Amino acid sequence: MASQRFERRTSDTEPGFTTASLPDIVFMLLIFFMVSTVLREQDIKVRTQLPEAEALTKIEQKRLISKIHIGPLKKGENEGETAIQIDDALIDNRRAIRQIMYNKLQNEPRLIASLKVDVGSEMEVVNEVQQELREAGALRINYSSNRENPPN
Amino acid sequence: MPGLLEKRRDDREEGEIPTAGMADIAFLLLIFFLLVTTINVDTGIGMTLPPKLEDQEPPPVKERNLFNILVNSQGELLVEDEPANIGQLRQRVKAHVTNFGEEPDLSVSPDDAVISIKTDAQTPYDTYIQVLDEVWMAYREIWDQIARTGQTPQGDQVLDQTYDSYEAYRSTLEPQEENLIREAFKAQISIAEPDTGD
Repeated sequence: MASQRFERRTSDTEPGFTTASLPDIVFMLLIFFMVSTVLREQDIKVRTQLPEAEALTKIEQKRLISKIHIGPLKKGENEGETAIQIDDALIDNRRAIRQIMYNKLQNEPRLIASLKVDVGSEMEVVNEVQQELREAGALRINYSSNRENPPN
Repeated sequence: MPGLLEKRRDDREEGEIPTAGMADIAFLLLIFFLLVTTINVDTGIGMTLPPKLEDQEPPPVKERNLFNILVNSQGELLVEDEPANIGQLRQRVKAHVTNFGEEPDLSVSPDDAVISIKTDAQTPYDTYIQVLDEVWMAYREIWDQIARTGQTPQGDQVLDQTYDSYEAYRSTLEPQEENLIREAFKAQISIAEPDTGD
């Protein structure tokens, strides 16, 4: 009686699941990662070795960030004079920053200017940029820095 | 001739691309992109610049409430008109803001206390960030304490529950939600106007 019941359950179909849709799933994941990957955002023409700090805040909303790179120009082996780069362009006339930032602020009122300043810079250029930002009304800034390694 | 071709076609099995290896190819690509992707979050020290002044004088701050930090072109510090080093800064800032009017030279209340950082044109940026970091860390330590106890140093209840640290509290906040700790114990750090040179 018992064995009969068990026998009835066996079927002819082979065990195992179909793997036909597996490529589809993998391709979906692949496409997601391909789209979200940013290999290199911009061609950065100035060297920006960021300082280290402890009191860091994270900016979760990446859309709000506008990066301003300040550092010595990369010129082969030698490092050139200090230059400012916003987006892809080097800024020749520092008075032009206010107009650029003002336009950006019109598009995104909650803009955060992320200052990526090289550790070897002097405050003069930073102050100058900050004055330009004040002129533009872009008051939210962020001194981009890396996490300090705690001394062990 | 045409008959021969047709015959050979008929003999062939249905042409099919083998799809078994497709998953492997896709997996390889997937692993490549997984490794290459870096979801890096921008970190840094946040500041709010003072708005542009339209010919009006900045609001006066009482001398005792002001905590002056001056960094010269060599990266040396002058704190409240005395030379100091960066190591002492955090404790001194904390003592200043949590004074509650006890010491006559320090602040009257945390809401009145202002930390002013003034730099020279040739001040190294690195030193400036270190100083700013120490000042923020002084506030962070106070905020950490508020998060752990739920009350401000004055004894006002701000939080309904306690957290391990200020960071832990902050991570629970929604983007639009008000930061109760920072609201209860405001940080006032002023980046002094640079000298125009005239």
